[in-house]
Amino acid sequence: MGQEGDAVEIGRGAEAVITLEQGKVRKVRLAKSYRLPELDERIRAERTLREARITSDARRHGVPTPIICDVMRFEIEMEHLGGEKLKDIITPEISEMVGEMVGRLHKGGIIHGDLTTSNMILKSGRVHLIDFGLAFYESSVEAQGVDVHVYFQTLESTHDRPQELIDAFRAGYTRIYPGAEAVLERVNEIKARGRYL
Amino acid sequence: MIVFGLEGTAWNLSAALVDERGVLYEKSATYVPAKGGIHPREAAQHHAEHMAKVVGDVLAHSRESGLRPDAIAFSQGPGLGPCLRTVATAARVLSQRFSVPLLGVNHCVAHIEVGKWQSGARDPAVIYVSGANSQVLALRQGRYRIFGETLDISIGNAIDKFARSVGLSHPGGPKVEELALKANRYIPLPYTVKGMDLSFSGLSTAATEAAKKHDLADVCYSLQETAFAMLVEVTERAMAHAEKKETMLVGGVGANKRLGEMLNTMCLERGARFYLPPRKFMGDNGSMIAYTGLLMHKSGRQTPIEESGVRPNYRTDDVAVTWA
Repeated sequence: MGQEGDAVEIGRGAEAVITLEQGKVRKVRLAKSYRLPELDERIRAERTLREARITSDARRHGVPTPIICDVMRFEIEMEHLGGEKLKDIITPEISEMVGEMVGRLHKGGIIHGDLTTSNMILKSGRVHLIDFGLAFYESSVEAQGVDVHVYFQTLESTHDRPQELIDAFRAGYTRIYPGAEAVLERVNEIKARGRYL
Repeated sequence: MIVFGLEGTAWNLSAALVDERGVLYEKSATYVPAKGGIHPREAAQHHAEHMAKVVGDVLAHSRESGLRPDAIAFSQGPGLGPCLRTVATAARVLSQRFSVPLLGVNHCVAHIEVGKWQSGARDPAVIYVSGANSQVLALRQGRYRIFGETLDISIGNAIDKFARSVGLSHPGGPKVEELALKANRYIPLPYTVKGMDLSFSGLSTAATEAAKKHDLADVCYSLQETAFAMLVEVTERAMAHAEKKETMLVGGVGANKRLGEMLNTMCLERGARFYLPPRKFMGDNGSMIAYTGLLMHKSGRQTPIEESGVRPNYRTDDVAVTWA
């Protein structure tokens, strides 16, 4: 563990490294030496900006997200939520709240792109959504279907009794989002296609 | 065990004889379109015309060497319907003539299995790129799952389309690769990654447009750099997600040196290993069908005649990998 003030690495994905520094989360997109520097910088800058923008935009649509404190060229500094990852604590009641939260997101024309239970945090009785690195704006049934499909896949691969959690999500999602029926139907179709992830 | 394999999903008709240790014999006939891209019926006609020679050649070799096939494997799909039917018909005849089991092989799975066999990869994230396919796959719960794929056209198709639009003859890939080596600068082109999925259609069109204003070599270079960066990014994400420590490149576009180099760089940066099968196993070949048929047969599989119909849209994850 680092001393107070030091950066402590708390996560590392294919794209970025995440550290905790002075009570704030810092997400830095790493350079990839396989691609041309100018292409690499363009992609990292675009995504950093987009992630910051969509994280804030989602909140305006009623989806709790961390508050963005600062955006640099390839870096985002944001509020540290603390709380608990849904991966460790999910119940049907919480999954229903996820359904409502995703319903608001889709109603707002946003696709998260990586709706796993590792990217959801329960804090102060509300489900917060993080990691908008793969998010984009789209309102098609297909995109929303794939988004929901990813969540169901996560439930099925990592949680006990997934069907209860899926049913609870469907209830919450349908309550909030008027287009829910078509999306949930598409999810079955996507699953039947055998498309993974 | 000796297995005879027949491939002919698209441009290449190829028959081979393999056993567990290697390829015993292979013979191919390649369809080259008079102009433009592959025409399905013309390709099927090509296969029908060359079937007797290609198959006859392999059978003559097996007779002379005293090698009798224990099973007949054929590419059942995915592929062009007319081509698949020509191949399936020939395979059924052979199976009956030798009184040995028939094995319908998934063409994409065959690319993966021959790649592992020839490169030594054990449990890789697989990037499969060809004229018809662009997918990233990995074995999970007994199937090659598709982690990401193109939402419109394949990378090979995108490069071919661009090549044709600027007057380069078929196949365009090698010519674009060669021209790219003479480039001086990068021209920004659209980079489209949606989660784990890719889109090449807009990129191909943008490259065609760029070629009207810029040096052709620069555009070839920029097209490759952009498209390949997209593929490598999705491959890396699949590796992280599926927790694989190896990546293997297969399919015809895999012959491109720059793509292999970029994948190798990505793997080095992650502390992973990159595997590239020998070039002759990258494109469509009969050996890959024969070898996959061998794996299937050893695990107790066979395809009854009534289930040997062609499957033009055969999905990779429809196949239970019973031999792994």
